[in-house]
Amino acid sequence: MSSGTLWTVVVVGSLGCYLLKLAGLSVPAAWVERPWVTRMVTFVPAALLAALVAVQALTSGRELVVDGRLAGLAVAAVALALRAPFVLVLVLAGATGALVHVIGG
Amino acid sequence: MSGTARTAVLRDAVGLGVAVGLYGVAFGAAADAAGLDPWQALVMSLLMFTGASQFALVGVLGAGGSGAAAIGSALLLGTRNTVYGVRLAPLLAPRGPLRRLGTAHWVIDETTALAVAAPDRGLARLAFLAGGASIYVVWNATTLVGALGAAALGETAQAALDAVVPAAFLALLWPRLRAGAEEPAVARRVALGGAAVALALTPFVPAGVQVVAAVVAVALAGRPRREAAA
Repeated sequence: MSSGTLWTVVVVGSLGCYLLKLAGLSVPAAWVERPWVTRMVTFVPAALLAALVAVQALTSGRELVVDGRLAGLAVAAVALALRAPFVLVLVLAGATGALVHVIGG
Repeated sequence: MSGTARTAVLRDAVGLGVAVGLYGVAFGAAADAAGLDPWQALVMSLLMFTGASQFALVGVLGAGGSGAAAIGSALLLGTRNTVYGVRLAPLLAPRGPLRRLGTAHWVIDETTALAVAAPDRGLARLAFLAGGASIYVVWNATTLVGALGAAALGETAQAALDAVVPAAFLALLWPRLRAGAEEPAVARRVALGGAAVALALTPFVPAGVQVVAAVVAVALAGRPRREAAA
């Protein structure tokens, strides 16, 4: 993707996110405070983040790939279950990924 | 009394600002891994200024997704802020269009939590402004640190970074699934469904589209039914 395209994505995405914020301050509350809207807003992040975890850890282009990223993710999950702080989770995942890279070549 | 309350509000605001700094470094690094240059990462933090959307946008780009899919996923996560705005509008009551335009930029998870938790409207405004300012400054500074740091990495460190990005997404997801979150059992089903649909679609659709498609599929599966609504 060219730098110009990336800039467009950055600016358009930013503008859209800003307008969503502004809409909340500007529209009548009744438009937004419907049960189905609040349910969507509560659960969409879980679906989206989980999809991103899976895609970032297991795919490369259109292929499913198992490599150090999955090992790092497993270590991160254990660390999160043990309530490790955010930085430690990332450091452990990164160290695992690097280790698999060094061992596996 | 009021002085103590103000101090407590300011302490919380600055504390949250420092805490999000760590995520700022992770975002800067993730942006670099996705192919953005440090200035693009910084402009995202300056203009978009909503962490989950920023992570989603670079996550989709990093997976090779199109600009439209990346923007779509950022907007999907950005809808949260619309609901926050509705909650904040009566509390902050920004007077005049200019104040409203300025206030809107800082409507995010953390500032909403700070403002809603404040004991009265005056302190809610203080919490919103102090929290917004401290988070804005730290988030942008640490984004640049993360992006410049990641850009200087060698091959093994790059492999480490590749493993850090999915772990960062998992860390963002985790609090939503844990006991004590809002309906954690539903959130877990939703998360598993989203991940499964995304992986299943990966071989068949352009990169990035599977992420947005997974969210739409899960949302449709959980749409309100007439019987249940009655």
